[in-house]
Amino acid sequence: MRFLDLLRFAAGALRGHRLRTALSVTGVAVGIAAVVTLTALGEGARQYVVDQFAALGANLLIIFPGKVETTGGEPFGGVTHDLTIDDYRALARLSRLRRSAPMAVATDTVRYGDRGRDVPVLGTTADFALVRRLEMGSGAFLPAGDPDQGGNEIVLGLTVASELFRGENPLGQIVRVGPWRFRVVGVLAPRGQSLTFNLDEVVLVPVRTAMRVFNRSTLFRILLDVRMHDEMGLAKREVEALMRERHRAEDVTVITQDALISSFSSILNALTLALVGIASVSLAVAGVGIMNVMLVSVTERRAEIGLLKALGALDRQVLAAFLAEAVLLAFVGGVAGLAIGAGAIRAFVGIYPSFPASPPAWAVAASLGLSLGVGVGFGVWPARRATRLDPVAALARR
Amino acid sequence: MIRLEGVWRTYRVGDGEVHALRDVTLEITHGEHVALIGPSGSGKSTMLHIVGCLDRPTLGRYLFEKREVGALSEEERSLLRRHRIGFVFQFFHLLPRLSALGNVELPMLFAGTPADERRQRAAHALEAVGLAQRATHRPDQLSGGERQRVAIARAVVMDPAVVLADEPTGNLDRHSALEVMELLEAMNRRGLTLVVVTHDPAIAERARRVIRMADGEIVGHDGGSWVVDRGSGGPALQHASDPRTTNHEPRGGG
Ligand SMILES: Nc1ncnc2c1ncn2[C@@H]1O[C@H](COP(=O)(O)OP(=O)(O)O)[C@@H](O)[C@H]1O
Ligand SMILES: [Mg+2]
Repeated sequence: MRFLDLLRFAAGALRGHRLRTALSVTGVAVGIAAVVTLTALGEGARQYVVDQFAALGANLLIIFPGKVETTGGEPFGGVTHDLTIDDYRALARLSRLRRSAPMAVATDTVRYGDRGRDVPVLGTTADFALVRRLEMGSGAFLPAGDPDQGGNEIVLGLTVASELFRGENPLGQIVRVGPWRFRVVGVLAPRGQSLTFNLDEVVLVPVRTAMRVFNRSTLFRILLDVRMHDEMGLAKREVEALMRERHRAEDVTVITQDALISSFSSILNALTLALVGIASVSLAVAGVGIMNVMLVSVTERRAEIGLLKALGALDRQVLAAFLAEAVLLAFVGGVAGLAIGAGAIRAFVGIYPSFPASPPAWAVAASLGLSLGVGVGFGVWPARRATRLDPVAALARR
Repeated sequence: MIRLEGVWRTYRVGDGEVHALRDVTLEITHGEHVALIGPSGSGKSTMLHIVGCLDRPTLGRYLFEKREVGALSEEERSLLRRHRIGFVFQFFHLLPRLSALGNVELPMLFAGTPADERRQRAAHALEAVGLAQRATHRPDQLSGGERQRVAIARAVVMDPAVVLADEPTGNLDRHSALEVMELLEAMNRRGLTLVVVTHDPAIAERARRVIRMADGEIVGHDGGSWVVDRGSGGPALQHASDPRTTNHEPRGGG
């Protein structure tokens, strides 16, 4: 029997039961659409995070207080030191670093006139803009100079600026943070979420001022920009050695962008796989649906099966004919599911344009393969029942 | 070409056994027209299924064109049915989703005949049964007689050696029944071996040879042509001067 004839024969049989065919196709379509969509979203989430970290620059080292992984052995004397401005100064002198920036953080209300907004206040230095690759919407970033010189300049995130000033030009205006007065020197270009903060919703002030205003002696982070990417490992070890020397303990964590990306990436890969696993359950349900439809079909078409055998159809041809029906159901469902999934993803991207949701090629290929597999896997048993029918009994009208 | 030697067909039913065929011995030669007649449940269909290689004897030998069917594999028997045997059923057994042409093409579909040739031969077969005009009609658009003629076209389209018809007129009015029988007989005259199961004496009478069955046994022969093949050295055949009073004889007794 020719392959095309087989397909045509199977398709003809399916057309004979439109509703039943449509229902089982829908079942597979939903399963495949779920697999594709969830894979795309999971993969998109991973890509999004990777992109975010990549935007930090490949040469970034981040230092924060506390040791994330235990390396055995208590910190010297059991004391954990905070990060200080002096630590920052010492680190900034390392020759392998191009730049560095301290970060102090507090939350307070920024006011202009009678309008106020609670925002994270980041205390840092001029180099922060370069390390984090910030772009200015208008004005300038914090002035360069001695980090101990606490001026009263303030840079506003875009959202903060537009909420407080409502179209007024903020440059040169005075805003208050608590009782303190700051002069607006610049507004950031839109940037969105980056690392811990949404940079559209923060304000930035000189680090010394921030520490004084909020009565802090410690830093939240120190960001370091290494000159040469090849020297990342070296620079990291130097930084760790210097901090160990200064604190007489291993009480800070130094991470690289690579490490961040790979750990987040593997977490999100696991998430994607979990989503696919969940979606596969619906595929399994669809497969059982196909099996059910095919079993009903075999029972209903006993006379047809008997006839085919009487006409000289071989057992394997009968098997192939019924298997082809199951596979066709699943395949049409798979293609429909891909289309539905593509639509769902497109709709999602329409709502969240910055989210890079697109089904990876492997997911598309795997979905089609999966739907074929479902067709074969759940179609074999009914098809075997068809071939095992005794033609005499099948033809008899009893 | 068809030879049954001491064939039994026994069904297990619950604890007991039903003998659908009891020690049937029979030979049908090429080109014969044979009617199988007998009351319902006498084993006619069972016999036809064994002759058609759809079923196998529980006991005894069945030779089709000198090949022992019981020794053939499932696949070999399928191929015999495909190429050498045509079936016609009481309930037509046309696929309702296919046109008349599609139904006639069906055996060729599974034989892997190319589409062009398939269409051509099916059209030709439909023409031979007088239904060229009905080729695109579906079975539900055809009368009973027309349906049976489509089934006959399907049975002969592979150019078989024998057509086995199980009560082909059982569902037809007298007029259509005559048409169908005339069609089959015309094919028989051109050399096709024809075995027709019926319980209608009028239909049976048309055959040159009538085999009467009762309770799984051959109880009588009418017509002359059953005296066959004496020289082949095969086992003895059912044989009696007065068929109506003859019960079966033990095989090997002649
Ligand atoms: N699958 C079966 N199981 C049990 N008994 C059967 C089966 N098929 C046929 N028989 C029995 O075998 C006998 C002959 O049946 P059949 O050949 O169909 O008779 P006919 O065609 O002459 O009416 C009947 O008694 C019938 O009940
Ligand atoms: Mg019968």
